[in-house]
Amino acid sequence: MPETTTATASEALKQTPSQTVGPYFAYGLTAGQYGYPHTAIADSTLTDNETEGERIRVEGIVYDGNGDPINDAMIEIWQADAEGRFNHPEDTRRPNAHFEGFGRCGTGTDPENRFWFDTVKPGAADVGEAPHINMIVFARGMLVHAYTRVYFADEAEANAADPVMQSVPQERRHTLVAERRETPTGTVYRFDIHMQGDDETVFFDV
Amino acid sequence: MNKPYNSRDWMSHPAYLHAPYKSTVLRSPTKPLIPLKQTLSERTGPVYGHEKVGVLDADLTKNGAKNGEPLGERILVTGRVLDEDGRPVRNTLVEVWQANAAGRYIHKVDQHNAPLDPNFFGGGRCVTDDEGRYTFRTIKPGAYPWGNHYNAWRPNHIHFSLLGPSIATRLVTQMYFPGDPLLDLDPIYLGTPEEARERLISKFSIDVTEPDFSLGYIFDIVLRGRNETPMED
Ligand SMILES: [Fe+2]
Repeated sequence: MPETTTATASEALKQTPSQTVGPYFAYGLTAGQYGYPHTAIADSTLTDNETEGERIRVEGIVYDGNGDPINDAMIEIWQADAEGRFNHPEDTRRPNAHFEGFGRCGTGTDPENRFWFDTVKPGAADVGEAPHINMIVFARGMLVHAYTRVYFADEAEANAADPVMQSVPQERRHTLVAERRETPTGTVYRFDIHMQGDDETVFFDV
Repeated sequence: MNKPYNSRDWMSHPAYLHAPYKSTVLRSPTKPLIPLKQTLSERTGPVYGHEKVGVLDADLTKNGAKNGEPLGERILVTGRVLDEDGRPVRNTLVEVWQANAAGRYIHKVDQHNAPLDPNFFGGGRCVTDDEGRYTFRTIKPGAYPWGNHYNAWRPNHIHFSLLGPSIATRLVTQMYFPGDPLLDLDPIYLGTPEEARERLISKFSIDVTEPDFSLGYIFDIVLRGRNETPMED
């Protein structure tokens, strides 16, 4: 429940309601990826040649309640750099000059309807926290976006100690952990999202 | 300093599942959201300012023009982005996309049998000023049919996407027009709690209307605040 302060209640404004991103976001929000003549503020590539840190790809499929891939979802990620610093004024550490930490990818251009991000593995932002990537899911049929977090399978010890992970029932924690595999083109972390079902992904009330 | 952002006010937002909007049935989480105590991860977010915005990005009557002007009713849409305490959200990115005057999107998947307009693209963006104000020039979007149920039509609307200062303030929404008879038949609009719906409807304003040029609409947007006492102006 949100806290309310009586002092400001009388003049408080109410939040503008969320509405679905709908089926036609591609040319507005992810134009480059979908081949429209417009720019996008961000895409699937978070790194440039000078970004420091371990290069990884994070990819996955968003499944609906029938287990079918959703081909018109949009995924955004926000993450710290390899040293755990966010490129934002509230993080007073000096950020990686070659890493903004924001990515955006639609699921409508890959033949398997995957999303993918080429990025660096984030460092832990604070003592006691496990490295993770914040992920936001938008789609036609979602009147409100959903927040989740991507943790890394090779960080089992840190994951077990992470306070957010600990707030999740044990039997659901695996839905937040991306499996690591080495491929000819580099390290890939697989993170499928299940909107419903036995393995329904944990979504947070951020 | 470093206070968490207010939670999403679920009296203001739709629930994930709203069965009359059929696509929600298989795409809505069925388990309750897990409360999250915000860390630096959620108190930060992407910061994009003027460097990401081109000169014509906020003028949809020009940014897709090839050999003339787009058809339809020119409108000016403006408003302030505020937090729950009424403070302006400055220097934040606002992205919009919409159908053309005939109700057709340039999106390749849109098969609606209405004409594309060679001089209208339908996407734009701008950054709010020191008062939190944004302004777009565009064409009033047409209504369009969709497959949700027999004879389903979306009311005229413009899609909005806002970042705000952190990922907690992220908002994707739609702006509607006053007096639209399709609103009361639209399951997307009606998925919103009744008391909150009218916040999605822009207001016609004669003050914003430009003589001999375009009608004006005002659409203010409120993002999550931070539970602080408002500063004196
Ligand atoms: Fe639409």
